[in-house]
Order: sequence, then structure tokens, then C-alpha cells
Amino acid sequence: MGLRVLAVDDEADFIETLVKRFTYRQIPVTAAGNGPDALALLERESFDVVILDMRMPGMDGLAVLQEIKKRHPLVEVIILTGHASVESGMQGMSLGAYDYVLKPVDFGELLEKAKKAYERKKLNESRADA
Amino acid sequence: MIQDELSRLRLKLIAVTLAFSFIPLLSLGLGLYAKFYDTYTEKIYGNLRNLADNKKVTIDLFLTERVAQLSNLALTESYADLSGDAYLERIFGVLQLHSKSFLDLQVIDQNGICVSYVGPYQLRGIDYSHEDWFRTVMAKGIHISDVFMGFRKYPHFNIAVSRREGDRTWVLRAAIDSDIFDSLVRTIQLGKSGDAFLLNAQHVLQTKPRFGHDMFDTVPFPDIPRFSGTRVDELSIGGEVSLYAMTWLNLKDWLLVIKDDPGEELLPLYRARWLLILLLCGGGTLIVIGAVFIANGTVRELIRAEREKATLDASLTQSSKMAALGKLAAGVAHEVNNPLAIIMEKAGWMRDLLSEEDIKASPNFQEFADAVAKIEFHVRRAKDVTHRLLGFARRMEPTQENLDVNLLLEQTRSFLENEANFRGIAFVRDYQADLPHIESDASQLQQVFLNILDNAIDAIDKNGSITIVTRKLPDTPEVEIAITDTGNGIPRETLEKIFDPFFTTKKVGEGTGLGLTISYSIIEKLGGRIKVASEEGKGTTFRITLPVSS
Repeated sequence: MGLRVLAVDDEADFIETLVKRFTYRQIPVTAAGNGPDALALLERESFDVVILDMRMPGMDGLAVLQEIKKRHPLVEVIILTGHASVESGMQGMSLGAYDYVLKPVDFGELLEKAKKAYERKKLNESRADA
Repeated sequence: MIQDELSRLRLKLIAVTLAFSFIPLLSLGLGLYAKFYDTYTEKIYGNLRNLADNKKVTIDLFLTERVAQLSNLALTESYADLSGDAYLERIFGVLQLHSKSFLDLQVIDQNGICVSYVGPYQLRGIDYSHEDWFRTVMAKGIHISDVFMGFRKYPHFNIAVSRREGDRTWVLRAAIDSDIFDSLVRTIQLGKSGDAFLLNAQHVLQTKPRFGHDMFDTVPFPDIPRFSGTRVDELSIGGEVSLYAMTWLNLKDWLLVIKDDPGEELLPLYRARWLLILLLCGGGTLIVIGAVFIANGTVRELIRAEREKATLDASLTQSSKMAALGKLAAGVAHEVNNPLAIIMEKAGWMRDLLSEEDIKASPNFQEFADAVAKIEFHVRRAKDVTHRLLGFARRMEPTQENLDVNLLLEQTRSFLENEANFRGIAFVRDYQADLPHIESDASQLQQVFLNILDNAIDAIDKNGSITIVTRKLPDTPEVEIAITDTGNGIPRETLEKIFDPFFTTKKVGEGTGLGLTISYSIIEKLGGRIKVASEEGKGTTFRITLPVSS
């Protein structure tokens, strides 16, 4: 079973294109427009990597991150931020995010990080099983 | 405007200080002087009054004694006895035994004829009936004459007493040497120009004064009506102001006058006055100097504080401007980043699709591919701008490391060595060898140095030199880095905007106008200062001051 991605962002155009590009590369991806939707999807299906935008109306990225890490500690999260602040990236990392990527995103970089995050997840899972 | 205000304040300070110093000084000085003057003149007047009182008592006593002697004689002896020359002579001898001042003695009957006489002249038989004094003595029983020379050619006066014996009245008259007055009056202890004399009611001198007049001269003395007791007055006589103690004798309308030179008596007072004036002048000068000194000092302090405030205001304005711009920049960058992300993804999706076989066959494939590449290129350019903007705005905690500024400069300079060589620009290095290491963030500082050196190279363009100087500041624990280029310099109006974001003199696409803005915020975060000075046509100097320890 390969990498399964959940992309969370309130920018519909952005998320739509992201989905197309992952799909184009045969990577299963699901889109969520906000934090609660994403959490609901995580309850129903299993994902390996969540690409999470920091700034969203209602529940913001950091809150969603905390919730994900609480309920699904093994799921890796890559933070997506338009706020090029190392601080918020650092904050996200300290809350358990795998990495962060600045908007506008270089897709290649994002893909690379998603794959690495998936590898780490696999590693963690095998450790947990052992 | 502010200059006017300050000079007004200075004058006000001087005036208030002077007023509050001079009023007490003057009132104290004048008050003490007035008190001293009163006390001193009172003492002098008192002394003179006592002197006059004493002399008056003595002279009165003398006259009373003489009158009493004659009266006793007239009452105890009978006319019959005394009208005999031999008896009268014996009586005169007794009188002279008692008082040498009796010159002669005579008995006069009620018709005014001298019936007997003892003395140096032959006066028996002389008729006194028409004399004023005879009528007075017959009427009042006693008469004391003024001092006169008479035919004795010797100053003397007469005392005459009358006695009623049965139905007739007779008179006993004696001439008395008036030298006694001279000696009495002369013994008064007076200063150099002091004087004492007796005046009769017509201002004729009855004794010889020490100065000016002779006996029997009429003195231009104001009319003094008879009064009791003693008076001390300052009178101007013959154009000369003197102190006069005056008292009328009891037995005779003679005025005892004691004259004293006020200049002499009041000399200590004048001395005190001069001393006072001198002290007031000295004190006044000191106060004036002090007031001016204080006022100048205060105004100088105010000017200094005002200048410091202006400098502080300017730097605060700059800081708050930077902070506000930072927030604005962050907001704008963030808002722009989202659409940029979408454009980027859309372009990426197009690139993905371009790899499809059927599109590759399209005649315009190359055009599509170029367009996508251009879109991606320019999105990246825009991304650079927004990321630098956010970099300027972000509150990154600077790291703290012990670093050698000289070494850091040297490293940074080496990055640009090739570029500088190529353009014919030489580096002049003047590093202080024992420059203390500082606690700061090396990579951020390097960014600043690189930015300034890069700007310097651009300013020179071709052929010139860049001077880098490092110094430990003498007064504060800070180091200064001065980077001077020989470029074209910066015009004055541009100099003010040099740290503003997006301000650039470079061509579009070459500079973002954020380099110096970021440098400024970095240096400020590191606790330092950055300043620029420039002379058009000569070059520009950036001075960076950094604390040795943060």
C-alpha cells in the first residue's frame, strides 16, 4: 500500500490543483476545505500524510495539528504556510509536524517532503509493532 | 522661536533670582543700618545732652551760691553796719576767703547812691539811680547782669540783691569775675572742632569760644525761646552743619550751647555706611554673576535636553515607522502568497499536462512550454519579493555567538573580491588589531555587511576604493564598523529615504529596495545603530555601531 495524502486548505483553487497533480502521479489524495472536515475524514479513512495550511477560517492549522497528533499520533503532518515566519513553522514542528513548506509551493519539494514523511511514518509504525 | 523662548526664560530666571536675592539683601542691609544709625545717633545725642545738663547744673550752682552768699549777707548785716567802709572791707575779706571770684562789694542806698565800696576803684558817691539794673533790683530784689568789660577792662558781671530794712530799701552789689565760666565751659571734653559757650538772650557771647568768635560777639544763632530741659539739634549756622546741645540756665536767661562736629562724632556711622555700600556692591555683583551663571547653566541644560529629545524622537520615529511598515509588509506578503501559490500550482499542472503525448504533437507546444516556464519564473520572482518582505518583518530571535568582527568582515569581503577586481575596485582595510570580540549573530551581520559592500560596489561602478575601518569606541562598550566608498554619493533628499522599504535607485528587477531596510532592522534587533553620511560626488560612509555584549 502506497502513500495516502490528505490535503487541507481553504483555497479551493489551490487544493483542486494539488489534488490533480498528486492524482496525475498516481498518488491517492483527498481534499478537505477546513479543519473539522479533515478531522472527520481522518476518523473514517486512514491517511499517511496530511498537508495542512496554517491559516484557515474557523479552526486554524495549529489547532487542527494538535487535534490530529492527539487522535492519530502516527499520521505525519506537513505544514503549509503563507506566513514565511520561521517562528510559526517552528511552533508547528514543536507540536509534532514533520516539516513545513512556504507558499507558493514548489511542487517537487512538497512531493519530496511528503515521501520522506511517509517513510518516517513507516519507520515509526514498524517500531510500534515491534 | 524656541531660541526666543529660551532667551526669555533666561531673562526671567535672572530677574527672579535677582529679585529674590536683592530684596532680602537690601532690606537686611538697610534695616541693620537704620537700626545702627538710630542707636548710634541716640547715643551721641544722649552724651551731648548729659554733658549740657551737667554743665548747666554746675553753672547754676555757682550762680546760686553767689546769690545766696550776697542774700545771706544782706539779711544778716544791717545797712548801718555795712555802710561803713571798714566793716564792709572785713565782710569782703570773709567773702573772698570763701570765693576768689568776688571782685568788689558795694552798698547802695534807695536813691541809687553808692554809700560804701570795697574794691580796686573809687566808686563811692556814684549815682546808679538811672541804671536799668538798679530799677530791676529795687523791684524784684535780685539782678544778675550780663558779662561786660566795664571800666575794669576785664570781663565780669554783677549780682545785686536788695533788702528792705524798716522803711528803707538798700542794695548790696558785687562784681564777679566771669573767668569762672570760661574755665567751667572750657573743661568740657570735646573733639577737635567741638565748642561750648554761653549766649545771652541777644545772642551775645558771654564766654570766649574756642573757635571763630571773640567774647561779646553776636553769634548768628536762631532765636531759641526759653524751654526747660536740654535739647539736641542739628543746626546749620554760617553754612556749617553741627550738632548743638542747648539748655537755658535757671537763674539767668543765658543759653548754654555745646557744639559738636557731626562729622567727627558720626565718623563710625559713616564708616559703617561705606562698609555697607561696599558689602552691598560686592554682594550684588556676586548675586548678579551667580544669577547669570545659574540662568545660563539652566538654559544650557535645557538646550541639551531638547537636543537629546529631538534625537530620540527622530530615532523613535524611525523605529516605529519600521515596525508599522513591517506589519504592513507581512500582511501584504501573506495575502499575495496565496494567489501566487495557486498560480504556481496551475502552472505546474499545465507543465504536468504538457508531458502528455497528444499535446506534445500540437503545433504550438513550444509556445505553451515557454509560457508556462515564464509564468513559473515570474512567480518565483514574486515569491522572492514576498519572502524577503516577510523576512524583514519576521521576529526571528538572533543567535548569540562570540564573534570576531574583523574576521567576519574579511570573510564577507572575500565573497566580493572577484567582482571588485573585475571592476577595478580596491579594498582598503584598517582593522583595529585588538578589537574586542562581540556577542552577536554572525549570519545576520554577514547579511548586513554583504548588503552594504554590494551597494558600495554598485555605487562606485568602476575604479575606486572601499575603505573598511573597525574601531572600539572609547567611551562606550561598543565597536564601530565604517564602510566608505568613493562612489557618486547620495543626494540629501534621497538620504532620508534610504532605509525605507522598496526605495531603490537600481533598475527594475535588479534590486528589491529591501536590502538596507532589512539591514536596518537586523542591526536594530542586535542592539546596534546604523547611520549613513554622504557627500555628493565624493562618496558615502555607512557607520554601524554594535554593542560588545548584548
